[in-house]
Amino acid sequence: MTFTRMTASELGEKLAAKEISSVEVTKAHLDRIEAVDGDIHAFLHVSASALSTAADVDSRRLAGEAMGPLAGVPIAIKDVLCTHDMPSTAGSRMLEGWTPPYDATVVRKLREAHLVPLGKTNMDEFAMGSSTEHSAFGPTHNPWDLERIPGGSGGGSAAAVAAFEAPLALGSDTGGSIRQPAAVTGSVGVKPTYGGVSRYGAIALASSLDQVGPVTRTVLDAALLHDVIGGHDPRDSTSLRDEWPVFADAARAGRDGRSLKGTRIGVVKELNGEGFQAGVRSRFAEALDIMSAAGAEIVEVSAPNFEYAIAAYYLILPAEASSNLAKFDSVRFGLRVNPAGGGTVEDVMAATREAGFGDEVKRRIILGTYALSAGYYDAYYGSAQKVRTLIQRDFDAAFEKVDVLVSPSAPTTAFKLGEKLDDPLAMYLNDITTIPANLAGVPGMGLPMGLAPEDGLPTGMQIMAPARADARLYSVGGALEALLEDSWGHTMISQAPALEPTEMFAARGGEV
Amino acid sequence: MAKPELMDYDKAIELFEPVLGFEVHVELNTRSKMFSDAPNPAHPDFHVAEANTQITPVDLGLPGSLPVVNEEAIKYSISLGLALGCSIAPSSRFARKNYFYPDLAKNYQISQFDEPIAFDGNVEVELADGRTFQIPIERAHMEEDAGKLTHVGGATGRIQGAEYSLVDYNRAGVPLVEIVTNIIYGAEGDAPELAKAYVSAIRDIVVSLGISEARMERGNLRCDANISLSPRGSGKLGTRTETKNVNSLRSVERAIRYEIQRQAAILAGGGTIIQETRHWHEDTGRTSAGRPKSDADDYRYFPEPDLLPVEPSTQLIEELRAALPEPPAVRHRRLKESWGFTDLEFQDVVNSGLLVEVEATVTAGASAQQARKWWTGEIARLANAAGEDAATLVSPQQVANLVALIDDGTLTDRLARQVLEGVIAGEGTPAEVVESRGLAVVSDDTALIAAIDDALASQPDVLAKIRDGKVQAAGAVIGAVMKAMRGQADAARVRELVLERANA
Repeated sequence: MTFTRMTASELGEKLAAKEISSVEVTKAHLDRIEAVDGDIHAFLHVSASALSTAADVDSRRLAGEAMGPLAGVPIAIKDVLCTHDMPSTAGSRMLEGWTPPYDATVVRKLREAHLVPLGKTNMDEFAMGSSTEHSAFGPTHNPWDLERIPGGSGGGSAAAVAAFEAPLALGSDTGGSIRQPAAVTGSVGVKPTYGGVSRYGAIALASSLDQVGPVTRTVLDAALLHDVIGGHDPRDSTSLRDEWPVFADAARAGRDGRSLKGTRIGVVKELNGEGFQAGVRSRFAEALDIMSAAGAEIVEVSAPNFEYAIAAYYLILPAEASSNLAKFDSVRFGLRVNPAGGGTVEDVMAATREAGFGDEVKRRIILGTYALSAGYYDAYYGSAQKVRTLIQRDFDAAFEKVDVLVSPSAPTTAFKLGEKLDDPLAMYLNDITTIPANLAGVPGMGLPMGLAPEDGLPTGMQIMAPARADARLYSVGGALEALLEDSWGHTMISQAPALEPTEMFAARGGEV
Repeated sequence: MAKPELMDYDKAIELFEPVLGFEVHVELNTRSKMFSDAPNPAHPDFHVAEANTQITPVDLGLPGSLPVVNEEAIKYSISLGLALGCSIAPSSRFARKNYFYPDLAKNYQISQFDEPIAFDGNVEVELADGRTFQIPIERAHMEEDAGKLTHVGGATGRIQGAEYSLVDYNRAGVPLVEIVTNIIYGAEGDAPELAKAYVSAIRDIVVSLGISEARMERGNLRCDANISLSPRGSGKLGTRTETKNVNSLRSVERAIRYEIQRQAAILAGGGTIIQETRHWHEDTGRTSAGRPKSDADDYRYFPEPDLLPVEPSTQLIEELRAALPEPPAVRHRRLKESWGFTDLEFQDVVNSGLLVEVEATVTAGASAQQARKWWTGEIARLANAAGEDAATLVSPQQVANLVALIDDGTLTDRLARQVLEGVIAGEGTPAEVVESRGLAVVSDDTALIAAIDDALASQPDVLAKIRDGKVQAAGAVIGAVMKAMRGQADAARVRELVLERANA
C-alpha cells in the first residue's frame, strides 16, 4: 500500500517501528499534492520545510527520543490558524502574504508532538461559507467530482484528506465548517466541546462558536489528533480546565467492540425529513438499522427550538464577526490601500476594507453591525441569545433520555460549484444540521454514512454528545464506522476517484 | 478663534447653578497589562521604554490573539471599589466598546458596560475651610487603555494640520479603572474647589492603596470633567460639556471655573451650549472645542465573548476589605490633630505630596513642626532644583537624625543645611557628614574665649564702646568671631561670652 493510502494510525505505528521514515512519508504526500492539487486546490501554501522537519523527526527518533503516536505523520493546517513559518491568510486578500509572528496553540502542540506540517489549506474567506467558493484565492474542488464543492468553510482541509494529499488536517468549526465538508467529501471531522481545544491563534470568526478540531479519514485518526491538540490553554480564557480521557482508547474500544449494546441513540426529529435529499435519508435509515442490530436503542427525540437555530446563528455570528473583523484596518498588518489622491486614516481604512473583504464578508459585517446597533440590540442580538439558551435546554432535555443524538451531517450531497453562490439563504440552510451543536457548545462528529444511490456522492452521519462527553463520539463513532465498513466490505473513501496528475499544475513550478 | 467672552465668576454663580460630574481614569501599576503579559508602562519599573517595545500579539490585536484577564488588576479594582464605598458585583462582565480609531488596536476597547465590578459608592471630600462634601459614585469599572498618537508636521501637535501621525502601542492594554460619579448638585460657587478636592481625594485613595503611581502629569490619573449650568429657578438641567486633558489638580480647578464663566456668558447672551468634548489648555488657561458628543454615540456594546464573567469569591472580597488602609480623609484628620497643625500647615504638607515622608519622619523621632519645615522647605527646594522627587533624595530616618542634631545643639539650621547637602550627595548619615566635613557647632568655651579675646584685642575702640555700655557695638566682634570659627558657633553663646569678656 502506498504511503498516501495509509491512515495516520498505521503510519504512526510503522514510523514508531522504524519500518518507514517520516521523510519517505512526507515526500510521498508532497508528490501527491504536486500531482493532484492543481485540480483540487486544497492548498494555499505548501511548506518549504516539510522535508527538513521530517528529517529532524527521523533523526530524533533514531537518537532514541520518546515520541507520540503521530510523530512523523504529515498534516495539513487550515489557513485560519496562525503559523509563524507560513503565511496565514484565512482565505482573505486582507491577509495575503501575512506571516504571523507566532504559532496558534494547536500548531505549537502539533510541532511538540512532532507532526510534520505540509502546508495551509483553502477556506471560505474568514470561514464564512459552506462551499469554499468564498475564498479570495479561488475555490477548492471536491475530489469525488471536480465540478462540485468540497463543503465549507474548511473545504481545503476536507479535500486534502479525501484526495489523499494528507492523512490528517486541522479545521475549525463555527457552524459546521468541519462536519459539513466531512460529509460531502467522505471524511471524518470532529467539532470538540466548546473550550476543549484552544482558540489562541485561530483567526476569530465568532468567538463564542469557533472550535478547532480534527479532519481525517478514520474515527481513530480523529481521536489521535484530538488527543494531541486538546487540553487547557492559559492563553484562551474560554478553554476548559478538564482532564480529558484518551480519545484514541475510546475510538479503539468502539471499533474493536463493534457493539452498541445498551447505547441510547436519539434521532432528532427536526433534523431529518423534509428538505433532506432522498439518498441522504435512505443511507441514514440504513445506518440506524445497523446500529439497532448492534444493540443500540433508537429513540426519536424532539428539539423544538432547533427550528430557530439558523435565524439565531445568523445574528450572533455576524454580530461577533463584525467586531472581530474590525481589526483589519491596514494600520498594523495586512493589506493597505491608499485611496486615489490620499486622504485621512479613516479614508485609508475604508478603502482597504472595501478592497480587502469579499462580498460575503461585507454582507455579514453589515448584518452584524446592524444587529448590535442601539435600538436593535434587544430585538436581534438579545433575542438570538435567548434562542441559544432554549436550544441548550433542548439538548439538556434530549440528553436526559439518550446518550448521543444523531442526524445526517448535511441535508444533501455536494452541490455544484456556483449553484448557490447567488442565493446566500440557500447556502445558509445547508448548515441546518450542524449549527445547533455550535450554539449549545456540545461536541459533534461527522463520519461517512455511504454513497447516495442517486448521485454516487458521499453522505455523512452526525453524532452529537453532551458537553465534555467527546469520548462518547469516538466510542459510538468507532463502532458505527466499523459496522458500516463491515456491511459494505470496504471503506467508503476507497471508492473515491483515483484522480489523475494534472499537467496544468506541473507547469506552475510548485507554487500553489 | 476669538477669545470667548467670559462672565464674571460671581455673577455666573448668581445666575446659574453649576451641575458637575466626573470620570476619573486611574492607571493601575500592576507589573503586566490588563489582558496580556507585556510589561505595564504604568508600573514604575517600566515607565521608560522605546515606542512599540512593550507589546505582544494581544496588545497589537494581531489576528488570532486572545485577551486573558490580569488577576492582580481584578484585585486592585476590587480594593479601589471598596475604598470608594462601593458594592462589589458577585459577577461582572467585560464588554466590547466598538469604534474605529488608529490608537485602538482591535478597533474595539474591552471595557465594562452594564455589569461593572463596583457600583454605588460615596467619597467624602474636604474643602480648604474644613467643610466636607459627599460625592456619590455611580460605578467603577475596568477597561484597557488605548495607544498613543503623535501628530507630526502641524504647528499645534494636534491632528488638524498634521502631515502624518505616529502610533505607539506601549500604552495599549494598560489596566484602567474608570470611576464615574453620579450627577453632583449643590456645589454652587465651590464647584471649582470641589472638583479639585475630589480628584485629590481619589489620588490619595489610590496612593494609600498602592495601586497606582497616580501622577497626573504622566497620565496615571486623568480627569474628564462634565459641567452644565442650570438657570436659577428653572429646575432644568443645562447642556453639558466634557473637558479633557486636565493634567494637574490646579488645572481641574481652573478648567471648571473657566467653563462656568464661558457657558454663563453664552447662555446669558442667548446662545446655546453645544454638547461636546472640550480640551483644556494649560498654557492659555482656556478650553477649546473638540469632538461633538451626543448621547446617541453608538458603540454597539456587547458582552466580550473571549472572556468569562469576573466572579470574585466572597472570601477574596472580604480579605481585600480587611486589608484596606485607613481612609485618607480619616487619616488626614487624625494626623492633623495629633500634630497640632493649622489647616494651612497641613494643606501645605498634603499639597507637597510629602505626607507619607513627614509622618515617617515624626515616627522616627522628629517633632512634627521640624519634619514639616524640613520636608516642605529645604528638601523640596533642593528636589525642585535637581528636578527630582523629594522622597528620593533623602530618607525620613536621615531627616529625623538631622533634626535630632539640631535639637541637641550640635548643628544650627545653617549648618544643618550643609549637612543635608552632604547627605544628599551620598557622603553618609548626618552624623558622618558632621564628622567628615567638621561642621559641628563649637561648644567648647575655651576656643570661643580665645577667639573673642583676639577679636577684642584687635578692636580696642569697640571694646571701649562696649565697656561704655554701647552693647550694640558687640555685633562687630561677634561677626569677627563667627568668621574665625567658620560659622560653626552658636551666635547667642558668642554674644554672651563677648559681653562677659569685655566687662571682665
